[in-house]
Amino acid sequence: MAETTLTNTTGIGPRPDGLRGIASDWSSDQRAFKNVSWGKAMMWIFLLSDTFIFGCFLLAYMTARMSTVVPWPNASEVFSLHIGGVSVPLLLIAIMTFVLISSSGTMAMAVMQGYRRNRKMSAILMLVTAALGATFVGMQAFEWTKLISEGVRPWGNPWGAEQFGATFFMITGFHGTHVTIGVIFLLIVARKVWRGDYDVGERGFFTSRRGNYESVEIMGLYWHFVDLVWVFIFAFFYLW
Amino acid sequence: MAEATAHGSEHSAHAHGHDATTTAHAEVHQEHPIRLYLIVWLWLFILSACSYFVDYVGFEGYLRWTLILIFMVLKAGLIVAVFMHMAFERPALSWAILLPPVAVLVFVALMVFESDYTALTRMNFFGTGG
Repeated sequence: MAETTLTNTTGIGPRPDGLRGIASDWSSDQRAFKNVSWGKAMMWIFLLSDTFIFGCFLLAYMTARMSTVVPWPNASEVFSLHIGGVSVPLLLIAIMTFVLISSSGTMAMAVMQGYRRNRKMSAILMLVTAALGATFVGMQAFEWTKLISEGVRPWGNPWGAEQFGATFFMITGFHGTHVTIGVIFLLIVARKVWRGDYDVGERGFFTSRRGNYESVEIMGLYWHFVDLVWVFIFAFFYLW
Repeated sequence: MAEATAHGSEHSAHAHGHDATTTAHAEVHQEHPIRLYLIVWLWLFILSACSYFVDYVGFEGYLRWTLILIFMVLKAGLIVAVFMHMAFERPALSWAILLPPVAVLVFVALMVFESDYTALTRMNFFGTGG
């Protein structure tokens, strides 16, 4: 890692900011991302590619919804829950949104505690994040079960346009997969932090490289992205 | 933004040796106080409640769509800027990551025309049947 961290030659003053900074960073015949490690840069580039994937899913949904001549099912009614005989619109989705936002907050705290070397606190916060993520996936499983029992299929549903089921299962399924993978990796990183692997320079089981607390921040980037995608799904699929 | 400039100078200052880079890397990120995260967290809750409120009250049409988009963009902006630290990165990274998704918006514009055309064709040939 050391060989990639260090490319700036000594004797150069503070780097310029703004547009001039972009030009000088990118045209320096060196690495473009000066103060960002390869791990963080690659996570960002991965998230960018993931943005295109989710962007195309939402785009396909928009195209299907705009071009169908059959009315689109009303999400507000489809996703309502009956509590005490009263129908509350989008209740489960609202709870899922708050759960995911809470998990984003605990993740941000975990990153901060990691950099402060509060190992136990950082690991606990990551475990809380993972628990909230698992809760989210659980509620999503409940929602899928409810919809499937009501007759929603990828090829049709009782309320309107046939594409509703296909887009719903595709988009929320792909997002749920991301959350599940995130929970698994949160548990792995939390274990490493708890054991102090990043303090003693323990080599990772997969890459055999020595990690550091930046891994927590990179994990955080992924987790916040999952929350970010949900913001768009919530707006376009559930509220629109 | 003062923090961002502090980062830049700190990084160029400590990029002299291997040890300096690895140790100082961690210190740089301590600058953000816990208060900043809590405030952003609170705002995310408020904005989520607002967007849920839009559906609960039952706003329709352009008012609904405008409000949904405003709350969505604010939430996404807060998450990317503060939680993902994009506001504190050098522009070389933030522009490289935030500019390409504009291509998705171009794609959206193309598909709006395309789906309008498809819908029109369907109405012409299949009547209202679909």
